[in-house]
Amino acid sequence: MKVILPVESKSLDAPVCPSFGRTPLFVLFDTESGNHEFLDNGAAASQGGAGIKAAQILVDRGAAALITYRCGENAAEVLNAANVKMYKAQDGSVAENLTKLKDGKLSLLTEIHPGFHNHGGGK
Amino acid sequence: MKIAVLSGKGGTGKTFVSVNLACAAGKSAYVDCDVEEPNGHLFLKHDITDRLPVSVTVPQIDANKCTGCRKCVDFCKYNALALIKNELLIFYEVCHSCGGCILFCPEKAFTEKEREIGTIEEGISGEVAVLTGCLNTGEVSGVPIIKGLMEKLPEQGTVVIDCPPGSACVVMESIREADFCVLVAEPTLFGVHNLAMVYDLVKLFNKPFGVVLNKCLPEENPAEQFCVDHKIKVLAKIPFNEELGKLNSRGLIAVRENRQYQELFQRLLNTLEKEAVS
Repeated sequence: MKVILPVESKSLDAPVCPSFGRTPLFVLFDTESGNHEFLDNGAAASQGGAGIKAAQILVDRGAAALITYRCGENAAEVLNAANVKMYKAQDGSVAENLTKLKDGKLSLLTEIHPGFHNHGGGK
Repeated sequence: MKIAVLSGKGGTGKTFVSVNLACAAGKSAYVDCDVEEPNGHLFLKHDITDRLPVSVTVPQIDANKCTGCRKCVDFCKYNALALIKNELLIFYEVCHSCGGCILFCPEKAFTEKEREIGTIEEGISGEVAVLTGCLNTGEVSGVPIIKGLMEKLPEQGTVVIDCPPGSACVVMESIREADFCVLVAEPTLFGVHNLAMVYDLVKLFNKPFGVVLNKCLPEENPAEQFCVDHKIKVLAKIPFNEELGKLNSRGLIAVRENRQYQELFQRLLNTLEKEAVS
């Protein structure tokens, strides 16, 4: 299974980035092989819709799960359409969060915020 | 004459100056272009005579024609499109109605549809005709509503356009038709920074302009100094006083309450007429 996390810098010891759509980097971790890879977040500098584009990148890379502190409505819609499971990140490094996921200690992300520009609110 | 009233930030007194200018002019029009939070109505308390919906054109996809080539997703600068499991998702609140996806689709899988994003209200307050734009909550841009307001501007008489704060697209659209721009400034360093933003904008658009110094105190005024340094015409000075504060907080219009302010805004109107001709 491929798990993706937003991360501040290119290290598994780095903390999970508090932002999803505008994180500078993602780390893609393959739980079967144990390999990992850092991906530049092409959505970080977007004028708008960063969460949508970031979610598209994750889906295109075949992620089955995402560990994040938060996620906006629009990004969640993309991830749900692709059946990507969203887990709530806990304070600590990427490696610690991956261990907690393996041990079943992370809960699913249930709070989806309406976006920082309220674009998700006006349907 | 069409007068646009603008400032680099909220709370400097755009609506105060706009409403009082329109009322001092007698038979005139007041146009509220601050479509995210129109507030001229708090003072004018106009009777609404008509309410018209404003729509934008957005794409809709025919899933049977879409081959999932992603040309539209890659093109969309606003990230309003996503392709998941060969199905196109469209995020209408983020769409800027540029029409690029419709143009680029090799399969012609898109059609256009109308989507309401707000309203334009027409009304009357005494002798003042009122036009108010109102953007629905959550929408990305008020520009289409301001475009709609610009199409409805009366050709004759005094028209006062109350602009949104700042110097972004919505402000550019609001000053497009103006014969003269009035920049309202506060006597603070922050006020000067915001004055500089709109000063750059009106110069860029080659609009005749001048400054109204609002909330003036006896002490030195950095906004006035900015005008001296840049050789900008100061059109009027409005004092910072308790009476104006009370009138505003009660939603009253100063020129309708006190002869002194009627004279102040009448002088400003006369100055504007002279400046716009020269």
